[in-house]
Amino acid sequence: MTATAETTAGSRGSQPPVPDGAVTVTVKIRRFNPEIDDEPRWDSFDIPALPSDRVLNLLHHIKWYVDGTLTFRRSCAHGICGSDAMRINGVNRLACKVLLKDLLEKGDKHTTITIEPIKGLPVHKDLLVDMEPFFEAFRAVKPYLVTYGNEPTRERIQSAADRERFDDTTKCILCACCTTSCPVYWTEGSYFGPAAIVNAHRFIFDSRDEGAEERLDILNDIDGVWRCRTTFNCTDACPRGIQVTKAIQEVKRALLFKRV
Amino acid sequence: MSLALDKPRSPRRPAARRGNGELYSWLFMRLSGLLLVILVLGHLFIMNILDGGIHRINFGFVAGRWASPFWQFWDLAMLWLAQIHGGNGVRTIINDYARKDATRFWLKMLLYVSMVLIIALGTFVIFTFDPNISN
Repeated sequence: MTATAETTAGSRGSQPPVPDGAVTVTVKIRRFNPEIDDEPRWDSFDIPALPSDRVLNLLHHIKWYVDGTLTFRRSCAHGICGSDAMRINGVNRLACKVLLKDLLEKGDKHTTITIEPIKGLPVHKDLLVDMEPFFEAFRAVKPYLVTYGNEPTRERIQSAADRERFDDTTKCILCACCTTSCPVYWTEGSYFGPAAIVNAHRFIFDSRDEGAEERLDILNDIDGVWRCRTTFNCTDACPRGIQVTKAIQEVKRALLFKRV
Repeated sequence: MSLALDKPRSPRRPAARRGNGELYSWLFMRLSGLLLVILVLGHLFIMNILDGGIHRINFGFVAGRWASPFWQFWDLAMLWLAQIHGGNGVRTIINDYARKDATRFWLKMLLYVSMVLIIALGTFVIFTFDPNISN
């Protein structure tokens, strides 16, 4: 299918039967098709859904049965791959981890769910953004083991206490929820952003790694950790519950006292 | 038993510490903030609450205070710290929100000039204050 304008049909044909106990909710999506639109526009869809559905199910319903042109990323759909980060009702969430019952209005009021692409990254189409600036900042902090000298002949041993120091930041799935919730990142694209700092933290505080000084040097830059305004948006946004702001503060402390 | 050698020939690269300006400005904000809490709250207490508060403030009251080097220093420290603390805060806001380099440059110039003017004028007044000027 090439060069066709708006198709109203979904990619899987006609709508399936509405399940028992379904409520109709309005899903309002900020859309942008670079081939047609000059400006982003809002599209609304009335969708039957169960309270136990995830927001991703609603998007699937729209794409499969209502409008096949709706574009978004998703892969595992279980909160592991970090593909479907989006702004749901104004906060960054993974669409596969938000349940409809948590968004339903109290009583009999009609529910409208607003979905936008994550902010601060260029939008390619609909909810699909260009993640390259995000990964560029990620690569800049050397998120891999750095060692010098001869390789040991055995495994690199680490105590449980040493492992504990960076345990929290190993949980990052690079979904960009934190970085695109950061007001400094919205206005100043050259800031490394929380996710890059979290992944630097993961290696800086690893006792097996020897690149801490290099990474700290990178983060000491004008666009590094000192840009952080401690607004805690990143911590609120993280779908993995990482204490992002705390990790940034620990990097600041390491820089301040010149010790890891 | 293994001998603990700290990799004697490893080419570990020492950190080439680049400009730490942002670090020091961040640290300054914390320290000056703490000092300003004492200085400003003390100032407000003396000026507005103690001994009838604002109603006793006149030329003679200010003249009496600035006759003492302690209050001269208090007010001087408050002026400098508040100006630099506030100015640094506005500087970071300009850095965060100015979109164009030219806008950023001129806003910062405006800020720096106003800071220097107010600090200079205030310092000048504190040190050259003449209590007999009314005569």
